[in-house]
Amino acid sequence: MAQKVLMKGNEAVAEAAIRAGCRLYFAYPITPQSELIEYMAKMMPKVKGTFIQAESEVAAINMVYGASGCGRRVMTSSSSPGISLKMEGLSYIAGAKLPAVVVNIQRGGPGLGDIQPSQADYFQATKGGGHGDYRLIVLAPNSVQEFADMASEAFDLADKYRNPVMLLADGLLGQMMEPVEFKPAKTEEEIEKLNKQHYDWCMRTNEDGDDRHHHEINSLELDPNVLEKHVLSLHEKYKDIQKNEVRYEKINVKDDNEILCVAYGTASRIVKSAITELQKEGHSVGLVRPITVWPYPSEVIANSITKKTKKVIVFELSLGQMVEDVKLAVNGKLPVDFLGRAGGIVFTPDEVIAKIKESL
Amino acid sequence: MQVIAQRPKSLRDIPFTYCPGCLHGVAHRLIAESMDELDIRNKTMGVAPVGCSVFAYKFFDCDMAQAAHGRAPAVATGMKRSRPDMCVFTYQGDGDLAAIGTAEIVHAANRGENITVFFVNNAIYGMTGGQMAPTTLPGMKTSTSPYGRDADDIGYPIKASELLATLEAPYYIERVSLLSPQEILKAKKCVHSALKYNKEKRGFTFIEFISTCPTNWGIEPIKSRDWARENMLKFFEIGCFRDKSKTVEGGK
Repeated sequence: MAQKVLMKGNEAVAEAAIRAGCRLYFAYPITPQSELIEYMAKMMPKVKGTFIQAESEVAAINMVYGASGCGRRVMTSSSSPGISLKMEGLSYIAGAKLPAVVVNIQRGGPGLGDIQPSQADYFQATKGGGHGDYRLIVLAPNSVQEFADMASEAFDLADKYRNPVMLLADGLLGQMMEPVEFKPAKTEEEIEKLNKQHYDWCMRTNEDGDDRHHHEINSLELDPNVLEKHVLSLHEKYKDIQKNEVRYEKINVKDDNEILCVAYGTASRIVKSAITELQKEGHSVGLVRPITVWPYPSEVIANSITKKTKKVIVFELSLGQMVEDVKLAVNGKLPVDFLGRAGGIVFTPDEVIAKIKESL
Repeated sequence: MQVIAQRPKSLRDIPFTYCPGCLHGVAHRLIAESMDELDIRNKTMGVAPVGCSVFAYKFFDCDMAQAAHGRAPAVATGMKRSRPDMCVFTYQGDGDLAAIGTAEIVHAANRGENITVFFVNNAIYGMTGGQMAPTTLPGMKTSTSPYGRDADDIGYPIKASELLATLEAPYYIERVSLLSPQEILKAKKCVHSALKYNKEKRGFTFIEFISTCPTNWGIEPIKSRDWARENMLKFFEIGCFRDKSKTVEGGK
C-alpha cells in the first residue's frame, strides 16, 4: 500500500495531476490557490515538465488552448476572480473540442470579494460562464483525498470526451491538510501513449505523401447551418456525458427519511455531521451529495424521495444557486427549502441542525 | 515545359478571402516561400488571429490554430512548449497585436519564446469595417475617428517594433514594407531570416509588415501604396531594431 502523507488540497491536486501525466501547467498567482502554483513551480522542472507563470489568467488559459491543441495533458488553476478571466478561453476550448483541466479554488465574491471558502461560482461552472452553448464537466470534491483522486479522473474524462473539465473546490479544501494516498505516477512510456491518443486530430508534425494532414484547432464557422451542426454534435456529446458520467454519494438515504438534504463539496461535510447528530436523536435524515455538479444527479435526487419525505433542504455556501437544479429535479413534488451563507462564511453543524429541525 | 513560378507548397490550393489589392496575400506568400526554402513545412504550426487574416488557418499547409482576439502569442507559447521540436509562428494584425493583445505579445517577447510573430500593420481595423487601430496615424479618419485621430485625446500610434526592442530577450525584430516589388524582395529576406532563426531555436523573432487597406482607407490599391509611403513610413520607420546574430558571438 502506498504511504499516506499529510498535505493541503492545493498541493495534493497538483501532485496528483503530475502523476496523471500532466506535463504542462500555466497559471497566474491568486489566493487561496497559491500553494498549487508554487507546488507546480517546484515540481514541474523535476519531471522535465513545463511551468509558466503567465502574465495573466487570460494568457494562461490560452496557453492551455495551445498545449491542448497539441494533444498534451495540460492544466491551469485559479480562484474565482481569476476563473472569470478564463471564461473566454474555456468557451474557445469547449468550442474547439479540446481536453483540458481547470481547478477553481472558490473564494467569496462578487468582485474581488474575499479569500474565504465559498461555493458562489456554481452558476458560472455549471451553466456557462463563457459565451455560447457549451458545458464543462464539473467535479466537486469534499476531501483532500477525493480532490487528489479527481485529478486523474478529470484528465481521463477530458481526454475521453475532448471537453474541458473543472475541479470545483473551495478555499477550505485548498488550504486544509488531510492524509492523502496517491496513485502510482504514470511512466514516460504511458505518457507518450496518452499523447499519441489524440494524433488523429491534434496539431503535430506532418509527412509528405499519404500521411499528409491539415489539422485545424478552431471554433470559427461563419455558415450558420454548419455551425448549428457543430453545436448539435457538442450536445450529442453532452447527452452521452449525462448518461454515463453522473457521480454522487448517498448518505443515510433510507425509506423512512423525513427530510432529504442536498449539499456538495465542503458544505456536504457539515451536513453529514449534522445528520449524524440528528440520527442520535432518532431523526432519519438523508443526504444526496452530487459529486458531478454537471452532469447533475437529478434522477438520483428524485428517486431518493419517499412517501415519508416531507421536505427537501439544500445547503450551499452561496445564497442559492444549486437549489435551482434541485427544484428542477424535485419537479414540484415536495417543497424545497434552503440554507446558505455568503461572503466566505461557512455554516456550522448547529446551524444546519437548527434548519432541519424547523421541518421535523 | 519548364515551371518558372508556382504556388509555394506551404500554401494550400484554396482561394484567399482577402479584398482585391490587399497585401495579406503577399505576406502569406513570403512566409510560405520561406517555409519551403527552409524545408520546415512538415514541422511547423501556425496561429491565426482575429481580424482579416482570421482564415489564415485555412491557407497555410501546416497544422494551424485559430486563437481568440489578441491571444495568439499565448496560444503559440502553449504550442511551442508542448512541441519544442516544431517551429511555431503567429500571424496578427494591428488591432489584435497592439490593442487587445498587448499583454500577450509583450510577455511572449519578454520570455524570449522561440516563436516567430508576423505583424501586419495597416493602421486600421479591416474585418470589422474600418475602425481606428492602435496604429492609426494622427489626423487619419476612420469610422470611429470620423474627425481624424486626435492624438491629444486618444494618444499616438503604437510603434510595436520599437516597443518590443526595449526588451532584452527578443532575438530579431525588423520592420519591412510591402509597398513595392523591391521592398517585397527585401521583406522576403527578413521573413526568411526570422524563420531560419526560429528553426535554429535562437529565440523570439518579430517581423512587422507595413501594409495597406484599400477597401477601408477608400483609396485604390496602387494609390494606397503611395499614401502609405508618404504617411505611414514617416511614422513607422523601416529598419532592423534587433538582430542578435550580428551582436552575439556565433549568433547563439
